[in-house]
Amino acid sequence: MIAYLLSRLLTFLPTFFGVTLISFSFIRVLPGDPIIVMGGERGVSPERYAELAAQLGYDRPLITQYGEYLWGVMQGDLGSSFVTKRPVWDEFFALFPATLELSVCAMIFAVALALPAGVIAAVNRGKFFDRALMSTALIGYSMPIFWWALLLIIVVSGWLGWTPVSGRISLLYYFPDATGFMLWDAAMSGQKGAFGSAVQHLILPTIVLGTIPLAVIARQTRSAMLEVLSEDYIRTAKAKGLSPTRVNGVHALRNALIPVITVIGLSVGTLLAGAILTETIFSWPGIGKWMVDSIFRRDYPVVQGGLLLIAVMVMVVNLAVDVAYGFINPRIRKR
Amino acid sequence: MTAAAQDIRPGRLAEFWHYFSENRGAVFGMWVFAVFVAVAILADLIAPYDPTAQFRDHLLQPPFWQAGGSFAFPLGTDAVGRDMLSRLLHGARYSFYVGIVVVAVAATGGIVIGLLAGFAPRWVDTIIMRVMDIILAFPSLLLALVLVAILGPSLTNAMIAIAIVLQPHYVRLTRASVLAERSKDYVIAAKVIGAGLPRLMFITVLPNCLSPIIVQGALSFSTAILDAAALGFLGMGAQPPTPEWGTMLAESREFILRAWWVVTLPGLAILMTVLAINLMGDGLRDALDPKLKRS
Amino acid sequence: MALLEIRNLSVDFATASGAFRAVDGADVAVDASDVLAIVGESGSGKSVSMLALMGLLPWTATVTADRMMFDGQDLRAISPRQRRRIVGKDMAMIFQEPMSSLNPCFTVGFQIKEILRIHLGLNRHDRHARAIELFEMVGIPAPEQRLGAFPHQMSGGMCQRVMIAMAISCAPKLLIADEPTTALDVTIQAQILDLLTELQKDTGMALILITHDMGVVAETAERVSVHYAGQKVEEQGVLDLFKAPHHPYTAALLAALPERATARRLPTIPGVVPGQFDRPDGCLFSPRCAFADDLCRAVPPGQAPATLGLALCHYPLGALA
Repeated sequence: MIAYLLSRLLTFLPTFFGVTLISFSFIRVLPGDPIIVMGGERGVSPERYAELAAQLGYDRPLITQYGEYLWGVMQGDLGSSFVTKRPVWDEFFALFPATLELSVCAMIFAVALALPAGVIAAVNRGKFFDRALMSTALIGYSMPIFWWALLLIIVVSGWLGWTPVSGRISLLYYFPDATGFMLWDAAMSGQKGAFGSAVQHLILPTIVLGTIPLAVIARQTRSAMLEVLSEDYIRTAKAKGLSPTRVNGVHALRNALIPVITVIGLSVGTLLAGAILTETIFSWPGIGKWMVDSIFRRDYPVVQGGLLLIAVMVMVVNLAVDVAYGFINPRIRKR
Repeated sequence: MTAAAQDIRPGRLAEFWHYFSENRGAVFGMWVFAVFVAVAILADLIAPYDPTAQFRDHLLQPPFWQAGGSFAFPLGTDAVGRDMLSRLLHGARYSFYVGIVVVAVAATGGIVIGLLAGFAPRWVDTIIMRVMDIILAFPSLLLALVLVAILGPSLTNAMIAIAIVLQPHYVRLTRASVLAERSKDYVIAAKVIGAGLPRLMFITVLPNCLSPIIVQGALSFSTAILDAAALGFLGMGAQPPTPEWGTMLAESREFILRAWWVVTLPGLAILMTVLAINLMGDGLRDALDPKLKRS
Repeated sequence: MALLEIRNLSVDFATASGAFRAVDGADVAVDASDVLAIVGESGSGKSVSMLALMGLLPWTATVTADRMMFDGQDLRAISPRQRRRIVGKDMAMIFQEPMSSLNPCFTVGFQIKEILRIHLGLNRHDRHARAIELFEMVGIPAPEQRLGAFPHQMSGGMCQRVMIAMAISCAPKLLIADEPTTALDVTIQAQILDLLTELQKDTGMALILITHDMGVVAETAERVSVHYAGQKVEEQGVLDLFKAPHHPYTAALLAALPERATARRLPTIPGVVPGQFDRPDGCLFSPRCAFADDLCRAVPPGQAPATLGLALCHYPLGALA
């Protein structure tokens, strides 16, 4: 187990440094003189140019610059946004809860539906439910999710009027952002209908963001279950006179979950990518939308810093998944 | 007489087709894909109008089955009066172009690097795999977006960005296959006869690693189309007035409640194409998986 | 009254190339405390008939029988829920590959206590005590520690002991052992077989031992049932079978035993077991039988009387004597 953890850590570190290197080189790869780019739209005078060059350390060798950059990163200094002038780190963590709330809801939605569906499909292999589920899952991850979002908006918000089109909560409600998690803040605010409004605003984005993970996890669960169900120990479980619910739900599922947990963990990366599109369409003030807006506004420190932070977050989640996998799989947990 | 000893086992292609055709979904997907390819190639001939031609008298006209529509513009027109049908047909051409180029570039690069990683000494292999891990650490769409931001928004740059982002998958696949095959007897036999490294890599080992790569190729094709459409939707891919399906969706966003066809139809086109490719990909995987072979 | 009575059991599998008859009119009868060995090569349907009895066959299988009675209950007529009360409790089975027959995600203690909870309703303390007791009965050293072990941490022989412990945990009236030692080392084989026979004597349960090893049969069985291509071709007491087999197949099997070899070349049985597409019209063994004539090839044989070992043959050996 220790050996396993160490090996995972050993792959994490070089990748981390590589990611910082890429982020570091980002601004320097942009076409044009980076200092002029940093200077902003109005151009720079020669004095300002020299000032910026010294400030940004462009007169020093590349290695030193990277070292300084790395040092800054470790301390949480990722520069400041051109547009808002606030530190990138602060802006990121101010907006992060919105994305986190949405992602967690989407993940819960996906897993809660996908696991039972996959199990039932595997147990009823070849029958109607199985085929219907697999077809639906296939359509689910073949759809462009921005189109799916627009379609849902047309039908659910437009024709049926059940949900709002954008934002996290109705403009009628105002309360200070205690935690940044709208559901919690709304519930705590004590204002009537605030929580309900927050939930209503979450419904469509959750469905849209969760669709692809739902489809992928359902398929994975089904195929993992199919493999497990043909194993000898399932026959033993049946020979012990256990009920089908227990055989499938306890004996089979436990084993099937092992590969599925890995898939769930890796979906986090997909979620972040999907969040970009979902947040843009629903005007959800999270990291995804922030990145897209910054790219358009040429707010390069934000793009550079945001890229680094997101990549590191995905890596940390993957590492956590690897560690969790080590605990779940008894063959690794106990040698 | 040795005439009776003729080998009557079907060739590899026939055997593959036997398994592939058992899966009706896959065969259906294949036909739809064939239609898509045909449309992409023949778009100029079958489209009734030029995709960028604007008909000012027919702005936001509904499809022919709705009130106000006509057969002149069977699927309606968009906000500046361009014929939807023609734009959709030409859009197939762009999507196909994206798919082919991305898969070709990503696969070629990925295979070569994967072969290198598989055959090279340990330290080269480790470096290559770490670089691939770094690329994979970034969420794919985000990385593509940033790359396009650097290179400038255009369809070509979108294709390059997506190809770079998809490449590590091919590297990993090829490397895994190479490592598995390298220790097998036929490779050792080839080395003993005196095969040089390039020959070993490309002629001896590579053909036996192709199955998972082919499956991945099919799936990458659909990923490429979806990602290019996403970039187009965000305004970073094909630029207007190019009739790329994702770009069409971006232009039509403000009309979603007024003119459903401008939004629904391009997305439907993407869905059908990607669905067909995924069906085919599933069928390919089942047909090529040696564990499932039965004869 | 017989503990287990199966008459004219047939099992058909629905395959892509048509129905396949894995078991064809087999009979099995076992009394309490009997030790019956079912012998046959691969493809003889010996395992399938027992799996059908336990209800462990996939949905593609169709099971028909004139009679399938266990302990007075008609197994064809009971509901799945009633069947689950019998299976694992009064009627238990152990399998060929012990290491893959145990769930890798749960400790062996969990897997055995599960049975005690569901079938016997014991509380936690009693389950723990009984589990340790069972492990001691099957000869597992340091049972308390072993309860917390995972299957991959144990050897094949140890896993099979756990399987046996699970099978006898509810004091079954019948234990079916499907090739329990085939996957184990020779030295462990003897230990496991001794364990099984000892348990059988101590608890008085009936034991059905499925095997292809005639040596095992000689040492453990009281009665032997020989199966070929899904049919039961002979049944006799073990001593009589070895002394005077009545079916040509049994005779050929015994002649092929290395221990009985007299010449320099071991005798073999030419040909192969009939598969799905080459079932002969008459006797299924006729293509490979040294004594077969046109009658054998054309007409399926009936069962000879018990004095001739219930042999499924037109010309049972020793008939004219």
